[in-house]
Amino acid sequence: MLEIAKLAKTYANGQAALVDCSLRIGQSQVVAVIGPSGAGKSTFIRCINRLVEPTHGRVTLDGQDVTALSGHAMARARRHMGMIFQEFNLVERLTVMENVLSGRLGYVGFWQALLRRFPAADIARAFDLLDRVGLAGYENNRADALSGGQRQRVGIARALIQEPKILLVDEPTSSLDPKTARVILGLVRDLAHERGIPALVNIHDVGLALMFAERVIGLADGHVVFDGAPGDVDAQVLTRIYGEADWRQTIRDTGDDTAERLTDGQAGDADPAPPDAGEGGTVGHRAAVGRP
Amino acid sequence: MTEQAASTQGASPTPAAARTWRKPPTIPNPVLRYGIVVAVVAYVIYAAGDVNLDIGRAIAGIPKAWDMLMQMVPPDFSRWELLLSGMLESLQMAVFSTAAGVLLSIPVAVGAARNIAPRPVYLLFRAYIGVVRTLPEVLIAIFFVKAFGFGAFAGTLTLTLASTGFVGKLLAEAIEEIDPGQVEAVPAAGASWPLVLVYAIQPQVLPRYVGLCIYRLDINLRESTILGIVGAGGIGAALYNSFGRYEYDVSAAILLLIIAVVLLAEWASGAIRARIQ
Repeated sequence: MLEIAKLAKTYANGQAALVDCSLRIGQSQVVAVIGPSGAGKSTFIRCINRLVEPTHGRVTLDGQDVTALSGHAMARARRHMGMIFQEFNLVERLTVMENVLSGRLGYVGFWQALLRRFPAADIARAFDLLDRVGLAGYENNRADALSGGQRQRVGIARALIQEPKILLVDEPTSSLDPKTARVILGLVRDLAHERGIPALVNIHDVGLALMFAERVIGLADGHVVFDGAPGDVDAQVLTRIYGEADWRQTIRDTGDDTAERLTDGQAGDADPAPPDAGEGGTVGHRAAVGRP
Repeated sequence: MTEQAASTQGASPTPAAARTWRKPPTIPNPVLRYGIVVAVVAYVIYAAGDVNLDIGRAIAGIPKAWDMLMQMVPPDFSRWELLLSGMLESLQMAVFSTAAGVLLSIPVAVGAARNIAPRPVYLLFRAYIGVVRTLPEVLIAIFFVKAFGFGAFAGTLTLTLASTGFVGKLLAEAIEEIDPGQVEAVPAAGASWPLVLVYAIQPQVLPRYVGLCIYRLDINLRESTILGIVGAGGIGAALYNSFGRYEYDVSAAILLLIIAVVLLAEWASGAIRARIQ
């Protein structure tokens, strides 16, 4: 259970990115945070694990006040929050396996990490996760040799190997093509459900948000202006979040996209392409099978 | 033809003939621009007069220089044990000081990188680098010879110190240029600061560091052959003594040996660095 109370952030230049945001996220749901550029989405998610230091307010994870922690205690609390990034943020010159195992750095000692002597259980878990995200056999590839979609899969595996209580996902699809974006979001959703944890996902693509989220939060000028089910997001709500525009296309598009995704998955069944030939592949197929 | 003219005119109201272009000057103010040129030329002329640039003296020196050169051939390698032991000492100084210097330069670089060191630490280490790099190596060597006595110890210490300044500065710059995105994810997973250093930062600067180490070994080899002139050990002492005794043929032998070793070091360093980059 993540509770956010009156969270606020004012940057040193006086810009108020976040103003009194309060929120409560329970078990296992995908929560999309939408809002215009500069609405504070990225600040919001980074204030939760304090990559950005909030000016005031309180973040509580399973009863522990994260905002009160400092130094070592904060590092320990971060182990329970897995983060997935827009630019993937893999260490480019390290292998896929090292990147996945970096999610365990909160649990191992200095020399263990330096000499890459991770516990056998961590390595077994890393192999399982690589398998699950569709990157079996890639453990010794260098991160900079992967495609965007593959990198984000590594990013997902790295976040999950932490065994987190929540996933913080910052614009996971902005650096990806539309099809890969859908596959990756599907993977995040499925994994959140499998592990019974919530995923807080920043996303600027409203269509994608409505397609994958079970709850939508609208941020505008640092305020929460909407909090509800995707079905309740209508032209009026979007105007409240983004300002006046013709929203008919956006809302109608979403319906089309859902249909397209389903046919996509069926097409994948007939497609004999090898898993790594294109994004989609195994995971797209698996996602489709998982959803009758 | 008329059509073409018409279309050119259509693209812009300016007639084609009147349109010329020149690269704007780097210094826009013409007074400043020409003023700088005049000032530099004037100072060069003044300085030439001040250092007694005397063509007569230069011409008079030519026969003496020729005489000395003639005495250098053939080079005298008869005391090869002396040359060999001097060169070996230089090599040992270079290798040891490089090993110690590049290790010590890691904490220096971490402290002197603006993006990861706290402000006071950064300023402290930058000041250290500034001091070490301002002092020429021969000057540091003179100081250490006075403090610790003649011999290779003073020279080794000099080169170690100089290496920390050199590698420390360039490695700090490499650390400042790393991609912060790659660093962000590691603390987000709950890693402590030392782990962020070895897991997210070290992989990004490692190729540069290895290149710097080899480059510094090359520099230290060259420097170690010369520090003997101020009594800091190595083959430089033998060179200095041979000049003092007017044994120019021995000097020639030593110089040839130094040139050979330096060229070899430079070639090897270049080859290795080309491979890792």
